[in-house]
Amino acid sequence: MLIPCPYCGPRDVGEFTYQGDANRVRPALDAPRAEWETFVYERVNTAGPHREHWQHSGGCRAHLTVVRDTLTHHVLSAEFVRPGPVAKAGS
Amino acid sequence: MTMRRASSGGRIDRTRTVRFTFDGKAYTGHAGDTLASALMAAGVSVFARSFKYHRPRGVFACGPDEPNALVTLISEGVREPNVQATLVEIFDGLDAESQNRFPSLGFDIGAVNGLAGPLISAGFYYKTFMGPVVGSIRGTRAWMLAEKAIRRAAGLGRAGHAPDPARYERVNAFCDTLVVGSGPAGLVAAESAAAAGGRVILADLDATMGGSAKWSSAMIDGRPAAEWAAGRVAALEAMPNVRLLPRTTVWGYYDGNTLAATERVSDHKSSRAKGEPRQRSWTIRAGAAVLATGAQERPIVFPGNDRPGVMLAGAALRHAGEFAVLPAGPVVIFTNNDSAYTAAAGLAEAGAEIAAIVDVRPETSDAARALADKAGGELLTGHAIVHTHGGKALSSVSVRRFTLESGTFSGETRRIEAGCLAVSGGWSPMIHLASQAGGKPAWSETLQAFLPPEPTQDWTAVGAADGTFRLADIVTGAEAPELDPAPAPCLEIASPGKAFVDFQHDVTADDVRLAHREGFASVEHLKRYTTLGMATDQGRTSNIPGMAILAAATGRTIAETGTTRFRPPFSPVSIAAIAADRHGDLRPERRTPLHDWHVERGAIMQPAGLWFRPRIYGDPGETVEQAYVREAKAVRERVGIVDVSTLGKIAVQGPDAAAFLDRVYTNMFSTLKVGRARYGLMLREDGFAYDDGTTWRLSETDFLMTTTTANAGRVMQNLEYWLDTAWPDLRVALTSVTDQWAGAAVAGPKSREVLAACVTGTGLDDDALPFMGIVHGEIAGVPVMICRLSFSGELAYEVYCGAGHGRHVWEALMEAGEPHHIVPYGLEALGTLRIEKGHVTATEIDGRTTARDLHLDWMLSGKKPFIGSALMDREALLAPDRLGLVGLVSLDGRALTAGAHIVERGDREARDSIGHVTAVCFSPALGKYVGLALIRGGKARIGSRAHLSDPLRDRFGPVEIVSHHFFDPDGSRMHG
Repeated sequence: MLIPCPYCGPRDVGEFTYQGDANRVRPALDAPRAEWETFVYERVNTAGPHREHWQHSGGCRAHLTVVRDTLTHHVLSAEFVRPGPVAKAGS
Repeated sequence: MTMRRASSGGRIDRTRTVRFTFDGKAYTGHAGDTLASALMAAGVSVFARSFKYHRPRGVFACGPDEPNALVTLISEGVREPNVQATLVEIFDGLDAESQNRFPSLGFDIGAVNGLAGPLISAGFYYKTFMGPVVGSIRGTRAWMLAEKAIRRAAGLGRAGHAPDPARYERVNAFCDTLVVGSGPAGLVAAESAAAAGGRVILADLDATMGGSAKWSSAMIDGRPAAEWAAGRVAALEAMPNVRLLPRTTVWGYYDGNTLAATERVSDHKSSRAKGEPRQRSWTIRAGAAVLATGAQERPIVFPGNDRPGVMLAGAALRHAGEFAVLPAGPVVIFTNNDSAYTAAAGLAEAGAEIAAIVDVRPETSDAARALADKAGGELLTGHAIVHTHGGKALSSVSVRRFTLESGTFSGETRRIEAGCLAVSGGWSPMIHLASQAGGKPAWSETLQAFLPPEPTQDWTAVGAADGTFRLADIVTGAEAPELDPAPAPCLEIASPGKAFVDFQHDVTADDVRLAHREGFASVEHLKRYTTLGMATDQGRTSNIPGMAILAAATGRTIAETGTTRFRPPFSPVSIAAIAADRHGDLRPERRTPLHDWHVERGAIMQPAGLWFRPRIYGDPGETVEQAYVREAKAVRERVGIVDVSTLGKIAVQGPDAAAFLDRVYTNMFSTLKVGRARYGLMLREDGFAYDDGTTWRLSETDFLMTTTTANAGRVMQNLEYWLDTAWPDLRVALTSVTDQWAGAAVAGPKSREVLAACVTGTGLDDDALPFMGIVHGEIAGVPVMICRLSFSGELAYEVYCGAGHGRHVWEALMEAGEPHHIVPYGLEALGTLRIEKGHVTATEIDGRTTARDLHLDWMLSGKKPFIGSALMDREALLAPDRLGLVGLVSLDGRALTAGAHIVERGDREARDSIGHVTAVCFSPALGKYVGLALIRGGKARIGSRAHLSDPLRDRFGPVEIVSHHFFDPDGSRMHG
């Protein structure tokens, strides 16, 4: 499997770490317990295109949102989770 | 069968004689021979004894299809079993051995199994050894009694135990087009891809490229096919963008158009050049793959079809054409299709005598008839072979008139003398790689074969692999007879006698029917019950006939019966080639800047994750316990120094760094003053304890976080994950600085005096450097950062400097400590000091404990939410009977054992564990053997007694459950 890292280009999956389902909506830290239980424990077992987080841990270390077809392992897209540098320091 | 070497022809080099041994006997062959062809040329007909019945078996196929002729190769004392003799290139000194025979191939005691044949039918093992209780013997017990004898009698080669001295190599390759197979279709595809300018790799499992062109009698561009192919190969070789990989089996098709191949670099050589690998493992990333893998011939199943002398027609032709090995006696052809007529004509042209062509079809095409005329011998259409005769070699065959539609016989049985019976049941495209990277194979009723499925990756199949069998459809300018590629749908002649489907696993047609009668109607079940197609050849010759028989038994078509999916590898691959240089201890070693100093000082180094840390610095004659007790006592009484460079260190910087730490730690960091440090605890999102460490505020926006040695990488990754995915708005940068800092902890009542003797540029008294304060100064001219914090419970300081100055600063500290008899201490003493204080490490923060279990609930801030706060208060995590941290004191004066269970009753049979021991030591401060433990109910049991139970190490004994704060519970020593 190759993941096209927007910084590093297409790289082998061995350089990446799977960081979980990207479809989940992260609750606020002070959100009710039930929301956190859903977030931590519940997963949809998708057959087909699946949004997920991968970290290029053996490369630029950025987290990517990858759309992967779970039936074929085709990577349909890969983009940064955190788009570009955030606001400049002091702004 | 007896074969002989034709006086001319073939692609062998008759000027070069090669000497080798088989079963200890010396033989010769020619360069270019395989072990199979050389032995057949020398008159050997029996190559192996069969798996269950020990029947004599000869060469049946050619190349990777061969089910029978498996041998063990012996090289440099290493045994490589189950190698197909048809794939072994001979060389001077080759030493091969036959398999599964006792005492010899010619006379085999195990052949009596053949007489007991009906007892060893399909599912024999299941029925016999997993059956109901018979008398006092249960099936599984019977298996245990019989296993050894059965394993010896049934089976293949014996693996060796000697280490393999050969080298293996791995390489990665990238290309625009990978062409698998160098037959005419592969050569055409490679040429067109190369002409388009892309990088091309052409791989073929044979030593010489050319595929079927090497033994074909067809003409291409007015030249013999072999000459044409040699010209094309030479042209490709000359192109800079083409790489040829002969002797390379492409065996796996993986995600992302990645294909795996094994190149046999020096298997065919008497000796390897210096550094030359035996095999090379290729990982090929191809833009596109062209699968020109050809087709394989199927046998027809009939009684006596396994007698040496019966072989596939295409294999007989190839042996004649490529190796000039011919049947010595008359040849009978038995077929359901036209292709065998080409074999008949080819064999005749090479010098063999064709006695008869037996065709199950009532009539045949004109083109085939012309070939039959060329071949000579009788043409018996509408006939079938019903049995074969002879001992260890075929002498004659029985033939009867046969009606294709009904499968019935009529008329007299005729015997025809034959030394070789060449059989063809039609051809199956080699769809292994296509199936690995595709959907379900599609059955073609016309071709009676599975065709490549819809691709799920970027490949195309060409030539015979795609069901295109006519050469003229593959290569322009090819002249070959216009044969009908469609075989008759007849793969079994049902006549009394043992008719084999899977030669390698000795599965008969009756076994398949029996399996069906016993309810195994799915092809997947059939495969597992009878083991059909599960041998080392993966059913190359047996899958289609097996399915045809099952389909007939179930009254379904083959399409409805379905095929099993192909998985990698295409053919057996040596694990050594896959592992290549990746064996032994593969972990990188991480050494601190002080590593050499420790070793010079006589430290016993101990792995800690990837790091190496001193366990003890032993004095001569000291036991480990004596050493760590001495070191720990020195810390409590005077001063000690320990290397803490391995702690994970992360620079957390930016305007929102404090807010970020408030979210990831359970306690508050935004209130921490600049120049102070704080102990922090992290939870996982599910509320369990995760990691702890101190974090230092170096400026408003600059924190230095330390983590446990073991978790450093994971904590960094988690912080990055949260920052990227959860809080992208936070202005924080994370940098791992573990390797940039060297660290030393100086601990003990004299530690301040030691520092005072070497630190300049800062005060060290309580005002300048209070508990958890940070100062900057210099030691021996090197800038250092000092934090007054303590893991040992003593007055202690952690001194950090640039990694490159680590040893310089350490030695300065040692020198400053000399008047106080400073002692370097290792992990054992470090552990002892922390156990005495009841501090937790990874053995207690084990992923199952909560902050409360570890009595760290004082660190759970109620003023802010943090990672894990939402789920940490779930009912089960607050239950009073959870395992909680306590201390243990040994009551019998003997050492406790880490990992031992704690039980309430004091007898050896007690199994009702109430918890386990996490860490143990002899405490010099208490003069007792103590430990930490996680015990059900935790603190509620303090003051009670229980028992250690460690049956594995035979350690039992009474303990007292006490508070985990063994020593100086109010912390006056470190604050004072």
